[in-house]
Amino acid sequence: MSELTNTGRDGKATPARRRFLKEVAGVAGGACLFAAGVGLYSRQASALPATALRPPGALAEDDFLGACVRCGLCVRDCPYDTLKLAELGDGVVTGTPYFEARKVACEMCDDIPCVVACPTGALDRSLNDIEKARMGLAVLIDQETCLNFLGLRCDVCYRVCPVIDRAITLERIHNPRSDRHAMLLPTVHSDHCTGCGKCEAACVLPGESAIKVLPIKLAQGSRAEHYRRGWEEKEAAGGSLIGDQIELPVRGMEDQPYGDTRLRTPPQRPAAPSGSDAAPPPGGLDSGWKP
Amino acid sequence: MSADVGRAGQAPATTIRGAALRGVLARPGLEAVRNRGWLAAHKWLLLRRLSQLGILALFLVGPWFGIWVVKGNLSSSLTLGVLPLTDPFLLAQSFAAGVLPYKEALLGGGIVLAFYLVFGGRLFCSWVCPVNLVTDAAAWLRRRLGLKGGKAPDARLRYWLLGFVLVVAALTGSLAWEWVNPVSMLHRGLIFGFGLAWGVVGGVFLYDLLIASRGWCGHVCPMGAFYSLLGRTALVRVSADKRGKCNDCMDCFAVCPEPQVIRPALKAAGQTHPLILDRDCTTCGRCVDVCGQDVFRITTRFDRSES
Repeated sequence: MSELTNTGRDGKATPARRRFLKEVAGVAGGACLFAAGVGLYSRQASALPATALRPPGALAEDDFLGACVRCGLCVRDCPYDTLKLAELGDGVVTGTPYFEARKVACEMCDDIPCVVACPTGALDRSLNDIEKARMGLAVLIDQETCLNFLGLRCDVCYRVCPVIDRAITLERIHNPRSDRHAMLLPTVHSDHCTGCGKCEAACVLPGESAIKVLPIKLAQGSRAEHYRRGWEEKEAAGGSLIGDQIELPVRGMEDQPYGDTRLRTPPQRPAAPSGSDAAPPPGGLDSGWKP
Repeated sequence: MSADVGRAGQAPATTIRGAALRGVLARPGLEAVRNRGWLAAHKWLLLRRLSQLGILALFLVGPWFGIWVVKGNLSSSLTLGVLPLTDPFLLAQSFAAGVLPYKEALLGGGIVLAFYLVFGGRLFCSWVCPVNLVTDAAAWLRRRLGLKGGKAPDARLRYWLLGFVLVVAALTGSLAWEWVNPVSMLHRGLIFGFGLAWGVVGGVFLYDLLIASRGWCGHVCPMGAFYSLLGRTALVRVSADKRGKCNDCMDCFAVCPEPQVIRPALKAAGQTHPLILDRDCTTCGRCVDVCGQDVFRITTRFDRSES
């Protein structure tokens, strides 16, 4: 042991000191490599699956992973067992809280107990109105299977929405398939959708839901700020920015208000070819069909 | 006779570190059981298991039976709805990641920090940490099976790792160590569900059993290193106050998770008093249990008496 304290008279390292330095370098290098591996793994594994939603008030994912200590107090105070802690292999960072809307949605408690329980601020207490939560954004992602898009009146996602008529509205449009019915299309509005996932949980389709809550980053395009929306500008300015426009007459619609292009009388059709009783099936916006 | 045993160059069988590290003794503590009876010769071990399992039970009666005493886990918890407790090692990582937590976490971390600073940092390792059950089991099995091979890394590795864990937290802005930390993973797994975390815990067990004797807790774990650093002022310490009666049976070295801490006190190497003041000592009390001569006892750091 006494060798270790020996230093060369001229300041050069003795074998013992050299060995000591070598050992220290080995240990430090090993620890550094191990830690670097952990760090790289953590970067690699920090991507959140699109179906995993963070609790209300969660910081942006990068900040969240620095603040959340994986204690599970939010999970414990969730009265509906919506939240769970990720287990190794779930695809979500181990030990962090999340929920899957299709399984159990957030019930949007008024007092937001999960946020109150968080000791670290990973769930931000400045969120005091649950309607301001943005856990994700609902997207009616599959128009081929959505019953309302098929022309039925399912409306379940709309009915269960806790922010009904603001976060989800039913937009009436013409049904071109039957040509005589309306389709009421569930339409999500990002101004009001909290991402609670009730719509996704309630969707009546047997397996995957046609409406899904996705991370806002996935669900929403970036707004093109260089485009100005005429109607918004007009409202803000209290009138058209370019003055009143000249109203040019449209032939055959002279008696209708400007902009109303609906046909009032069925257009004249060419006579059916002789020898045939049935006229060809009419089509178009106003087919003239009568029951 | 006893004073010369530890000196280098003596007969290999009595080289203290060598014997302990090689695991010469398969069943230490037989003499103590003969002299004092099984129960008395396992007093501290039983108390320690009671503490470890009792703390775990406090966390589990909530989710299992709906009796909420403690919510959360060892990372951060709330006892009876009033007492916040937070792991200061996690808070250190949080600070490194550039996050200032809410005052509940800071208060909880302060309480835990103060407790371990006063009573002894590594009390956490031996009296609270659930991984201790795993590594103790591995060490027991290693002794019984007579496994002697393997290579333990340098014991300084844990301090370097502790430093780099904080550096990585700062670089990534996240609690990177929590991706792999078997300590929090085991405790959280027991309470909230495991997933594949069994694999990590199993890995620690096999590492200690096959590769490195007392490898995880004694050489690698940066959490243990953190609590070691809190141990400089530990109040509760083990004293070899009857070291004159030592018959060099080596049982204490065989069971000690940090065998290097015993020699200065037992053999008066580099110190005169019989107190084990090394910060790495976990105050687990196993040496007290297994000693057939009642050499050791648990006392305070101010009690330097020798009898």
